[in-house]
Amino acid sequence: MTDKPKVAFYWCASCGGCEEAVVDLAEGVLNVVAAVDIAFWPVALDFKRRDVEAMADGALLASFVNGAIRTTEQEEMAHLLRHKSQVLVAFGSCAQLGGIPGLANLSSRDEIFQTVYKEAPSTVNPEGALPKSLHRDNGDCVSLPGFYETVRALNQVVDVDYYIPGCPPTPKIIQQAVEALLSGKAPEKGSVLAPDRALCDECPRKDTRPEKLTLTAFKRPQEILIDAEKCLLAQGVVCLGPATRGGCEALCTRGNMPCTGCFGPTSRVRDFGAKALSATASIIDSNDEKQIDQILDTLPDPVGLFYRYSLPASLLRRKKLPEQPATKGCAPKAG
Amino acid sequence: MNGNGNLRVGLYICHCGTNIAGTIDVKAVAAWGETLPGVVVSREYKYMCSDPGQQLIVDDVREQHLNRIVVASCSPLLHEQTFRGATAKAGLNPFFFHMVNVREHDSWVHEDKQAATEKAKDLIRAAVRRVAFHKPLEKKRVPIHPDVLIVGGGIAGIHAALTLANAGKHVYLVEREPTIGGHMAKFDKTFPTLDCAACILTPKMTAVKKHPNITLWTLSDVTQIEGYVGNFTVTVKRHPRYIIEDLCVGCLECIEACVYKQAKYPDEFNLGLGKRKPIYIPFPQAVPQLPVIDRETCIEFKSGRCKKTCVEVCGDRKAIDFKQQESTETINVGSVILATGFQVFDARRLPYYGYGKFPNVYTSLEAERLINAAGPTQGEVILRDGRKPKTVGILHCIGSRDENTNRWCSRVCCMYSLKLAHLIKEHTGAEIFNFYIDIRTPGKGFEEFYQRLLNEGVHFIRGKGAEINTWPLDPSEEGKLIIRVEDTLIGKIRRIPVDMVVLSVGLEPHADAGDVRRLFNISCSSEGWFLERHPKLAPVNTFTDGIFLAGCCQGPKDIPDSVAQAGAAAAESLALIDSKFVELEPNTAYILEEACSGCKTCIPLCPYSAISFVEAKKKAEINEALCKGCGTCVAACPSGSIRQNLFEDEEIFEEIKGVLAHA
Repeated sequence: MTDKPKVAFYWCASCGGCEEAVVDLAEGVLNVVAAVDIAFWPVALDFKRRDVEAMADGALLASFVNGAIRTTEQEEMAHLLRHKSQVLVAFGSCAQLGGIPGLANLSSRDEIFQTVYKEAPSTVNPEGALPKSLHRDNGDCVSLPGFYETVRALNQVVDVDYYIPGCPPTPKIIQQAVEALLSGKAPEKGSVLAPDRALCDECPRKDTRPEKLTLTAFKRPQEILIDAEKCLLAQGVVCLGPATRGGCEALCTRGNMPCTGCFGPTSRVRDFGAKALSATASIIDSNDEKQIDQILDTLPDPVGLFYRYSLPASLLRRKKLPEQPATKGCAPKAG
Repeated sequence: MNGNGNLRVGLYICHCGTNIAGTIDVKAVAAWGETLPGVVVSREYKYMCSDPGQQLIVDDVREQHLNRIVVASCSPLLHEQTFRGATAKAGLNPFFFHMVNVREHDSWVHEDKQAATEKAKDLIRAAVRRVAFHKPLEKKRVPIHPDVLIVGGGIAGIHAALTLANAGKHVYLVEREPTIGGHMAKFDKTFPTLDCAACILTPKMTAVKKHPNITLWTLSDVTQIEGYVGNFTVTVKRHPRYIIEDLCVGCLECIEACVYKQAKYPDEFNLGLGKRKPIYIPFPQAVPQLPVIDRETCIEFKSGRCKKTCVEVCGDRKAIDFKQQESTETINVGSVILATGFQVFDARRLPYYGYGKFPNVYTSLEAERLINAAGPTQGEVILRDGRKPKTVGILHCIGSRDENTNRWCSRVCCMYSLKLAHLIKEHTGAEIFNFYIDIRTPGKGFEEFYQRLLNEGVHFIRGKGAEINTWPLDPSEEGKLIIRVEDTLIGKIRRIPVDMVVLSVGLEPHADAGDVRRLFNISCSSEGWFLERHPKLAPVNTFTDGIFLAGCCQGPKDIPDSVAQAGAAAAESLALIDSKFVELEPNTAYILEEACSGCKTCIPLCPYSAISFVEAKKKAEINEALCKGCGTCVAACPSGSIRQNLFEDEEIFEEIKGVLAHA
């Protein structure tokens, strides 16, 4: 072991794309490895939880945690890494805002279990068994992590120092963030390590948006042949660039697809989806309630569109749960 | 607290006599107020808006070194300026004050005293938490353009124009008809003095035309208005008269020379009772004294093959121009007076009175023209069938005080009906019956006029005319109009045969009053009359600063009231102009330029066109002088880069948290 600063990577409720993003640094990852010791990275290196537990508090310079918090195990690991780290970084949209797994907050835990373990066409479960956190069989005891009612962002569970946005974060954003942390010139606690202007600022299509843009229908990308140079909103495609923090260098709009908002809101916005919705609704060209409804019908999944990455971090956080008796055991009350 | 040092709040709860203290336990609230973090002084007082009340604030700021003031009292509409003034007098920035409305929002709308007291605490907690984040703000001063636009050239518009012009202000008077004068020009005599309407009106009309400070545009419409109090930019569309105003001397020989030797077309000014030629002047004293060509009836416009005898006779003056086009004028004014008047109720809407079906049923305005010496019959009351009436029925409240049409009292009909009764009797010696619901004669000299009519032997039948028919019951009724009425004084249904019926039609808002209202961004009452800012204390102001009302566009009124209101509107306008500057509320939106991504979402949303896109910077920019602080752009800015003074996110969130902190 050297006395290089130690860092940890961990994943919670996520797809694994954030881990890929670290690998995607390509030769850049060597710079990172040269500068730090990776002390914990379950997806790539064979460290165990007990190795982390054995560390002194604050032994890690930084932990990069991706994924939302869905299970008891994830919450435990978040607390553990918080104790052992000087700096805890929420890495990627899921850790920052709840991410795609956070859309599960539109359902209750029971509904999710019902669908996944009983109703899904690919499910074979004749006994109707559902996950339990404790299972005894012949005196043996098997435990599984508990499954919370509600998905939470990392900072809804532990104190977070910095956020690296993106689904996944881009190599450039990661590199700049790591450099900023290692240089000791860390920004103000709580900062998102990315520019604080909306995406339009760096979008090559910016100049093609007319000053007075109004629409009578929204188009989904598969419904039209998208012009490669014109502002996507001006083509009727809902692009969340005006509401979304820049820094990705407009990867999606350069790729002829609209921004879906993975970099989240700017520092000045409390609720990303509400702002995106308000900005999108304001270009509807009608004052007639019926016609407005028709136009809105061209947006079939507004929550999935406007809160795709940020439902747990929004003001509403989740769909209201049906009234039910107090939950037992490992399922604490919804956040 | 936003970098302003330690928070030291002074909190004042007003009793408002018993308005607040009768429902809210103000003593308990004041005692509780002392426990709030940051509150240094917490008092209750009988009338905070009184001088001693305001002095409490001033003294406390000086003695206790307060840096924020919260007053829980009435509506900010009433006393926000008062307490901002007291805060400023104490040496603080006036925007370090915040007002809590515990009267309209609390004591006046609740009965449960305990709950109302708790609500007052919640509202106060919210304000104390909010005011900590207030920033010092300055009001911006912008100069006022001294010119005035007056829309409508009836007696109200004329009087306002002359008042302002005589005070040395330049006035643009815009009238959509070919002449000014409005309804008053059509009247024969005015009640109750029986002055000749034309004799008192036409000198004023001429004075308008001659006045060096008045620009008169007839046949013109205002099509656009932009800007704000003190600085409006107005677009006026001038429709073609087909007469070049500067070249025409008003000799009217062209009318004489028209290929039509006889007047053939219904004359608008006489409501179709007389005839005019395609080239005509509305009435002999019209101002401007210029003919107008009606392109619907002029042969040159219809076929292009007229001999154009009018042009021939005009000769070298060359004042007739068949190719004249619509033109547009753009003017800058500091204030606007709307004097757009009214329209009379269309009696065809009530078919049971037979207007339009029985020739001898007239509206009151038609009757005015019939008895007018300058009218189509030179003042002789000759019916459409050529007879002179021996009996006349005047039906009051046609299209007024009626659930089926207009609910309001048109205010002038009783008096003009009495006047018409007197004049028709005078002209014809006929027997006159008035059918009324109530006689309303509250004006100066009105009741005396009514007494005079009673003494003259005019009949008054208390009952609203129910219908007019032509079904005779005996030969003496042949050819008569039968008025059916319930005479409520004797409790009987009566049938009264007459030769002539006059329907006293009510006043109603112009059919296009809604368009005018939207154009000038003012409010209407539910009936469609333009709404004054306050029915008692701001009767000629509107809710849009710099726009005033005069005459019947605000509601039915007689000539003296219209003139008085026009004078008041002119005085308000003068007071505004002579204050030289307007102070703009600083609750404007501003853009965090560094943060703006230039997405342009805000630009089309601004109702005041205050936001523009600066190409050089590729960012949006707000014109502070145009911003009204509506907050639309603030809410819409997708990246949160537009903020608003006095409505900063922190202020609003703290206020919400304060209300929700209710334990």
